[in-house]
Amino acid sequence: MQFWIIQGLNSLSLGGLLFLLSSGFSLIFGLMRLANLTHGAFFMLGTYIAATAMRAYDGLNLWLMVIAAGFAVAALGGLFERLVLTRLKTNPLGQVLVTLGMSFIISDACLMLWGGDSIPVPTPQNLQAPTRIFGFVFPTYRLVLVGLAIVAAVALYLLLERTRLGAMIRAGVDDMQMARAVGIPVSNLFTLVFCLGAGIAGAAGVLGGPILSAYPGLDADMLPLALIVVILGGIGSLLGAFVGSFVIGFIYTFGIALFPELAYIILFLPMIFVIAFRPQGLFGRVGA
Amino acid sequence: MTSPALEVTGLRKAFGGLAVTQDVSLVVQPGERRLIIGPNGAGKTTLFNQISGDLRPDSGQIKLFGADITGLPPYKRAQRGLSRTYQIITLFAGDTIEHNVSLGLLGLRPSRWQMWRPISHYPDIATEARRALDAVGLLQLADHPISDIAYGERRRVELAVALAQRPRVLLLDEPLAGLSNVERSTVKALIASIPRETTVVMIEHDMDTALDLAENVTLLNYGRIIVDGERNAVVADARTREVYLGT
Amino acid sequence: MNWIAAALIGGSLLLPPFLAGDFYINLASQILIAAIFALSLNLLVGFGGMTSLGHASYLGVAAYISALLTSRYGFGHGAAAIISISGTVAMAAFFGVIALRATGLGFLMITLALSQVLWGLAYRMSNVTNGDNGITGLTRPAPFGISLDSPVSFYWFALIVATIAFLAMTVFVSSAFGSSLKGVRDQPRRMAALGFNPWLIRWTTFVYAGFWGGIAGLLYIYYHKYIHPTSLSITSSAEALLGVIAGGSGTLGGPAVGAALVLLLKNYASAYLERWNMLLGLVFLFIVLVMPAGIVPGFGRLTAALRGERR
Repeated sequence: MQFWIIQGLNSLSLGGLLFLLSSGFSLIFGLMRLANLTHGAFFMLGTYIAATAMRAYDGLNLWLMVIAAGFAVAALGGLFERLVLTRLKTNPLGQVLVTLGMSFIISDACLMLWGGDSIPVPTPQNLQAPTRIFGFVFPTYRLVLVGLAIVAAVALYLLLERTRLGAMIRAGVDDMQMARAVGIPVSNLFTLVFCLGAGIAGAAGVLGGPILSAYPGLDADMLPLALIVVILGGIGSLLGAFVGSFVIGFIYTFGIALFPELAYIILFLPMIFVIAFRPQGLFGRVGA
Repeated sequence: MTSPALEVTGLRKAFGGLAVTQDVSLVVQPGERRLIIGPNGAGKTTLFNQISGDLRPDSGQIKLFGADITGLPPYKRAQRGLSRTYQIITLFAGDTIEHNVSLGLLGLRPSRWQMWRPISHYPDIATEARRALDAVGLLQLADHPISDIAYGERRRVELAVALAQRPRVLLLDEPLAGLSNVERSTVKALIASIPRETTVVMIEHDMDTALDLAENVTLLNYGRIIVDGERNAVVADARTREVYLGT
Repeated sequence: MNWIAAALIGGSLLLPPFLAGDFYINLASQILIAAIFALSLNLLVGFGGMTSLGHASYLGVAAYISALLTSRYGFGHGAAAIISISGTVAMAAFFGVIALRATGLGFLMITLALSQVLWGLAYRMSNVTNGDNGITGLTRPAPFGISLDSPVSFYWFALIVATIAFLAMTVFVSSAFGSSLKGVRDQPRRMAALGFNPWLIRWTTFVYAGFWGGIAGLLYIYYHKYIHPTSLSITSSAEALLGVIAGGSGTLGGPAVGAALVLLLKNYASAYLERWNMLLGLVFLFIVLVMPAGIVPGFGRLTAALRGERR
C-alpha cells in the first residue's frame, strides 16, 4: 500500500514539474507558433545553476535560487529571442532549427562547465523531515512541489484571464493578424512570453533539482515529456498542459516502477491514441 | 428527368457564434450558367468552400449529379467532375505554364502514381495541355514560368487548368477580380465560350461585371439566400436593390 | 544538372581507392553512408515539405534489427537484411500514419517525440539492445562471396549502393509522382481540388524515405560493426537535417554535399574539440541565419554569375 501511495505522490510531483515545464512551452507555441526545442535545456540550466550555487555556498536558500535561476534563464531566453529568433520571423523551420542548435549549445556548455557527473541539489532543511498523514509517510518536499505547481497554475490562469497582458496574449493566440491590427505590440509580447516561458522552465529546473539532480542529458529526458504533454493536452491550452502533465506524470512514474523496460512504450500509447482520434489534443484549439 | 448538376440542401455553417451559412438551398441544372452575388462577407466563398469540400458544413447535404458528396474529401469530388478556381491565384509559381496545366491534367489520371516516368513522357498529357492553353490564347507562352507573366494571363492559366480536366461542374470564385478592362473582356469571352457540357457556377460581388454571363442569379447576404431565380427577375427584384443600395 | 559538374563529381568518387590511404577511404565510405541518409531525409524535407526530426529512427532500427539477427539469432546477412528493411518499412508506415495526422510543426514534434521514445527504448531495454554498451562484435556481409572487410572493398560496395540510391531517388523525384509530391508541398489545397490525394502522397513518400533511411542504416552497421543508442538520438537526426539544409534542400545533390561537409567537420572538429554538439549547434545557427538556402544553391548562383559575366 505504501508503494502505491509513494508512487502516487511521485506521479503528482512529476506532474507538477511537467506542468511548470510544459506550460511555458505551450504558451510559446500557442502565441509564437514556435516549437521551442531549447525548453529542456532551459530546465536543465536552472537545475545546474542551483546545484553548483548551492554546492559552492552552503546554506543557500532554495527558494532564492528558484527566483535567481528563473530570472537568469529568462534573461538568456530574452537575449536569444531578440538576437536570433526575431531575425527568422519569415522562416518558421529556421526558428525550430536554431532552438535545436541552441539546445545543443547549452547542453554542451553545461557538460563543459560542470563535467559528466550528476550533481545533487539539496532539499531545503525545513522540508527534509517526512510528513505523517493518516499513518502514511510522505516526503515533504514532494508535497510542497505539488502545492507549488497548483499555485503556479492558478497564477498563470489569473495572468491569462484577468490581466491586460493576459488578454493580449490570448488575443495573439487566437488571431495574430487581428491582434496586430488592434495595435498589440506583438514583437515585445513575443519577447516577454519567451522570457516568461524560459524563466518558468529554469525555475522548474531548480524545483526539480532535489528530485532529479543535475546531470548531462537531463534536457533530453525532459524535452520529449514536455512534447508529449503538449501533444496530449493540446497546444496553447493551459488546462491541457495541466491535465496532460499529471496524466503523463502518472503514466511515466507507474510505468517506470512496474515495467521499467517498457516505460517509453507506455508513454507512447496515450499519445498515439490522442493523435489518432483527436489530433488537436484533448483541449487544443490552435492548429499545429 | 436528369438529376440537377449541383443540388445544395439546407446547408448550415457557423464559426463559434457567427453563422456564415444559414439554411442555404439551391439547385443548378446541367449546362446552366449561375451567378452567385452578394456583398462582401455574405458567405459566398464559404459556400464554395463547402461545395468543394475544403470546409465541412455543420448540417445539410450537397449532391453532384444526384450523388451525395457531402462527406467526401475534396480530391474525391474532383474525381467526380467538380473543378474550381480560387479568389487568390494558387498556381505553382516556380513552374512553367505548361507544367501547371499538365499537373492539373495528371490529377485525374492513374499515371499520377507512376514513380519512374516524368510527366514529359506522357505525350497525350502534353497535347491536352497545349490544347487547353490554346483555348485560352496562351499557347505561345507555354514554356514561360508563371512568375514571368501578367496577372490577367495568370487568371487565364487558372481557367485553363480548371477547364483542361473537362469538369462537369466548374466553380469560379471571382474570376474577374483585379483585372484591367481589356483583360476582363478577354476572360469574360473565355467564360462565355465554355462548352455546355460544363455547368458553370460563378461568384462575383460586383453585380454588373458578370451579369451578362449568367442565366440565373442567386443573391446571398449574411449567409442566407435572399433572392434566387432568372437573371432579369432577380435584377428587378426590390430586395436586390435593398441589399446593394439600402442599409 | 550541369553535365561537367556531374562528370567531375562522379569521377572524383572513383578516385579514393587509388589515391588515398585507408583512413581517407574509410572517411569516404562514411560520407557515402551519410549522403544516402541525407538524401532520404531530403525526400521528406525538400521535396515533400515535411520536416522530420526523427529520421534517425529508420537508420537505427534497421541497424539494430540486423545486429540482433546476425549476432544473437544466427541469421545470415542476406536474410537479416531483408527482415531488417521490411521491419523498418513497416515501422515507417506505422509512424507515418501517426505523424501525418498533423503537418508543419505538429508533424515535426510528433516525429521528434516518436524518435525520442525509440531512443529511450534502446537505452532501457538492455536485455534486448544491450543498452548503453551497444552491440559489438558484428561482421560485414560477403555478397557473392566477396569479403567487404578491407576499406577498399567496402568503399566499392558503398559506392554501388549509393549510386543506386541516388539514381533511384532522382528517378522518383522527377517522375509523375514526384511532380505531384512537389505540388502537394507547394499548394496542397489546390492539388486536392485537382484530384490528388495529399495524405496518401505524403505517406507514400514518408515510407519510401524510411526505406532508404533503413538502407543507410544497414550500410552504417556493416561499416562500423557496432551500434549504440546514440545513433537513434536527436543529434543523429539533427546532423542529417543540418546536412540537408546546409547543402540545399531544393536540389537533388545538395544534401549529399551538405552531409559530406557535416561529416568532415565532425571528424576534424573532434580532433581538436571535445564538444561536437556545441559546434553542431553553432553551425546550425550560422547556416540558418546566414545562408538559409544552403551551400549548393549559393554555389550554383555563383557559377551562373560567372558564366553570365563571360558572355
